[in-house]
Amino acid sequence: MSELQKLREAFRTALDLPADAPVDDLQYQDNEKWDSLAHMSLIATIEDEFSVMIDTDDVINLSSFSEAVRILGKYGVDINE
Amino acid sequence: MSVFTLPQAAKEAVLVKELSALTEHHRARSEPYARILAANGYSGASTVADLPWLPVRLFKNLELKSIPDDEVFKVLTSSGTTGEVSKIYLDKHAAAEQTRRLGATVQSVLGPKRLPMLLVDTKAMLKDRKSFSARGAGVLGMSTFGRDHVWALDNEGQVDLAAIRGFLEKHGDAPFLIFGFTFLVWLHLYEVARDNGLDLSNGILIHSGGWKKLIDQAVSPDEFRARLAGVGLTNVHNYYGMVEQIGTVFLEGPSGGSLYCPDFADVVVRDPQTWRELPPGEPGLLEVLSTLPTSYPGHVLLTEDLGVVHGIDDGDWPGKRFSVLGRLPRAEARGCSDTYREAA
Repeated sequence: MSELQKLREAFRTALDLPADAPVDDLQYQDNEKWDSLAHMSLIATIEDEFSVMIDTDDVINLSSFSEAVRILGKYGVDINE
Repeated sequence: MSVFTLPQAAKEAVLVKELSALTEHHRARSEPYARILAANGYSGASTVADLPWLPVRLFKNLELKSIPDDEVFKVLTSSGTTGEVSKIYLDKHAAAEQTRRLGATVQSVLGPKRLPMLLVDTKAMLKDRKSFSARGAGVLGMSTFGRDHVWALDNEGQVDLAAIRGFLEKHGDAPFLIFGFTFLVWLHLYEVARDNGLDLSNGILIHSGGWKKLIDQAVSPDEFRARLAGVGLTNVHNYYGMVEQIGTVFLEGPSGGSLYCPDFADVVVRDPQTWRELPPGEPGLLEVLSTLPTSYPGHVLLTEDLGVVHGIDDGDWPGKRFSVLGRLPRAEARGCSDTYREAA
């Protein structure tokens, strides 16, 4: 599975979305399944999936799929490879 | 990185400007607030203590917001002792900003890394994810700062000693975060640690929730701290905050005994008879100020709590340091909010 697919899967799992749900445009404040509980589960899923430890500021800033791509880049995970 | 950096004079210079601007911002956008200011004769402030305060209870009686209905993103509620409910309206900007500032405040003592986190509470509290209690919301907000969360209480609210032991075996050798409400920490962590010889010496405890139940058991804040030190827990930070100023927390400094104001917030203690500001050492009614409330006029609030300023620029961190002494007896607090209700 590509890194991009892994990240999409992480979002679908954590936010309890259907397997084919489009996630690339997801925003924290616009999706009702993405509440604060789901956010913690999303962070945990991403950390497990990519073996990274995300700092507090990045947990707070990770407010969209594209932010997740950018933040993972800081931790050396290139999603768009 | 810390948000506890400004000496009092520098802070007041910034705050009087920013909070005066916020007062005008809310006056222009909230009809009831404008009426209150007019009834009050407010015509500008030259000091922080001059700024016009609202009794916190007003948020239970009036719909106070400075944003149009279609920009309301979240409505926070808190039930008081009387069963009346405060309603706090946030737009997206205010919601994001409060999370960010709370994050910056807590990172002042925890640092940028998320630590393994022991929650002195029960997961059952979050069962209905559409409507958490204030306690649930507090736990959830704080859990952002942790990782590998373990709940110290089971679904029935009983101590889960195996879970606590498991957590300490895995994470007890390096710094870890403990969060819980003061009374639960006393009852379900301190006593359990003492009776079972648990080593909490790498823990950093953040706790809140009022001292009333502990005072009923004759446990003072000082004794709380001393007894926790007895089980190795010396890194302890109490905090004070309320839903009406969500995102702003006043945090206890490392040496204990005093709460400190982040750079974007302050406190004023007032005489409950004359409303005049009281000097350090004299207890009175606590007023809290913060630049965070931009979507509702909650930037200067008179609480129903008694407090005392212990000193200014003479503690662990710059600015005022203070304690919360408990609730004002209900009858005494009534006058001012009745006046406001008539004006509004």
